Amino acid sequence: MEPSALAVLIVDENRARAAIIEDGLREAGHARVHVVTAMNGLVREIEQFRPDVIVVDLENPNRDRLEQFFQVSRTVQRPIAMFVDRSDAESMEAAISAGVSAYVVDGLKKERVKAILDMAVLRFHAYSRLERELHDARSELADRKVVEKAKGILMQRRGMSEDESYRLLRQTAMNEKKKLVEIARSIVTAADLLGGEVKR
Amino acid sequence: MSSALPSSSASSSSLAKVRLGFIPLVDAAVPIAAAALGLDRAEGVELALVREVSWSNIRDRLAFRQFDAAHMLGPMAVASQLGLGSNPYPVIAPFSLGLGGNAVTLSLPLFEAMREAAGETYRDEPAAHGQALARLVRQRAKEGLSPLVFAMTYPFSSHNYEFRFWMAEAGIDPDRDVTMTVVPPPLTVDALRSGAIDGFCVNAPWNVAAVEAGVGRIVAVKADISPSSPEKVLGVRPDWWTENLETGAALLRALERAALWCDAPENRAELAAILARPEHLGAEAGSLEAILSGDLAVSPDGTRRAIPDYLTFHGPAANRPRQGQALWVYSQMVRWAQVPLGEPLARRAAEAFRPDLFDAVFGPAADAQAPGAEPALTPDAIGPYVESFAVRRPGVTTDGAPTSE
Repeated sequence: MEPSALAVLIVDENRARAAIIEDGLREAGHARVHVVTAMNGLVREIEQFRPDVIVVDLENPNRDRLEQFFQVSRTVQRPIAMFVDRSDAESMEAAISAGVSAYVVDGLKKERVKAILDMAVLRFHAYSRLERELHDARSELADRKVVEKAKGILMQRRGMSEDESYRLLRQTAMNEKKKLVEIARSIVTAADLLGGEVKR
Repeated sequence: MSSALPSSSASSSSLAKVRLGFIPLVDAAVPIAAAALGLDRAEGVELALVREVSWSNIRDRLAFRQFDAAHMLGPMAVASQLGLGSNPYPVIAPFSLGLGGNAVTLSLPLFEAMREAAGETYRDEPAAHGQALARLVRQRAKEGLSPLVFAMTYPFSSHNYEFRFWMAEAGIDPDRDVTMTVVPPPLTVDALRSGAIDGFCVNAPWNVAAVEAGVGRIVAVKADISPSSPEKVLGVRPDWWTENLETGAALLRALERAALWCDAPENRAELAAILARPEHLGAEAGSLEAILSGDLAVSPDGTRRAIPDYLTFHGPAANRPRQGQALWVYSQMVRWAQVPLGEPLARRAAEAFRPDLFDAVFGPAADAQAPGAEPALTPDAIGPYVESFAVRRPGVTTDGAPTSE
């Protein structure tokens, strides 16, 4: 059988992340990939799609519902266990650290499933890196806005030039061993509290 | 700081760290309080609490060494010894985290229909509610309506066994007459409101939350069904315990002190405030305080029920795990065909609960029976006990050999 014949079901309420995993698996030649982002009707999806491997994100509290389904289901022919080989603790640990879990139809060859799992882990990490970078970029932008605002307050209240107000912020930050953005934020807060006109 | 102070003043870096996973429920109070009050550090360990979203995650992260200990369902430890479920790595329970807290809550429309079907003689009692439900279930079947859908939180849970026990006592077969499903605790109220389920059995605070949301009616609590059956336990890997005997003992001492503190009525307000924090349960403190005192809102119409032993955190009955309790869990697993019947299996199930480890830390206990204790089950008595139930799965008896119905 070709590797692409394995049917992989991805259960992830985070659509963006699910898409990233799906892309990765398709690029690796797995054509039969199906994504589910809502748990409603999941059992029916499993019955219809008959996956060989189910990849679930660990943030999903409905994971416990899957456990129940595997316990009582008569429609899934073979028992489903997590991963292929219980002795492969390392790859399980890596998966759990990444935030993903996999269920596998008993009897599948370990090598075939491991490739899928490794891909999912890789993509999960890539996604969290993206998220982190996005978060950093956002907070950097927010920081820059606060500094601009603080400079504006100093320019208006103390009649400073832009350069002078920036230098004052920097000097104060150094003296108080704080970040420049923290000083800026306290100036903005103080100005808000004290009222008066603040150029926006 | 005075140099005469005992080791509790030691810097945190010298303390053994214990990573403990928990699910946001009131019965996680003991480890949460131990960490919040610093009782862990006073006993020489440092608890690092990790909030989890599913019991499956708790099980796996314990098995794969991301947790050293966990707040877990008593039956999960039994299932792990029997090799049931995914990743069944052995887990032992040297300490129980308390008794009680569970309740069965039905949707208001269902409860109203039950009241109507029962007529004027309807009494507000758990057994009467069971009978009324049974009557309605039969009536619905006759009318060709789809079976009612009931939720619990995990296939191997006291909730599953207690819900089934309560229904079966009334003559309802939980596998044939209704549909049993799993809904995670925080989603139960929404599931009830949307009509996705008709009732659920879960621990505090979610039953009262459903009542306060105006969508549910509490019809029975754990004390009505199975007062001494185990609720949550402290689960650890046997190898972790063996390699960390001192840390394990310190952990148990810290939990025991926290349990004593949690049970004292004068601490209720503070405990409620601690549990209410967003990193713990993220619930409303006033409502938690009422729950802790056993003053339960059972109906949106304002009906309340006072259940003094709704939650018990401390005492040998609440903290010392007993093998009879593990055997009771096993008997229910056999009853519902989750596992075959057999003495070797029964003995393995009993091994999940370790009173010997508890006694090694606290000394041999005096008679530690809970009120209304489970029948004194022994591994060879499971078969007759299971057969004494009128409603059960008949297919599996001795060692899985099917018998005629």
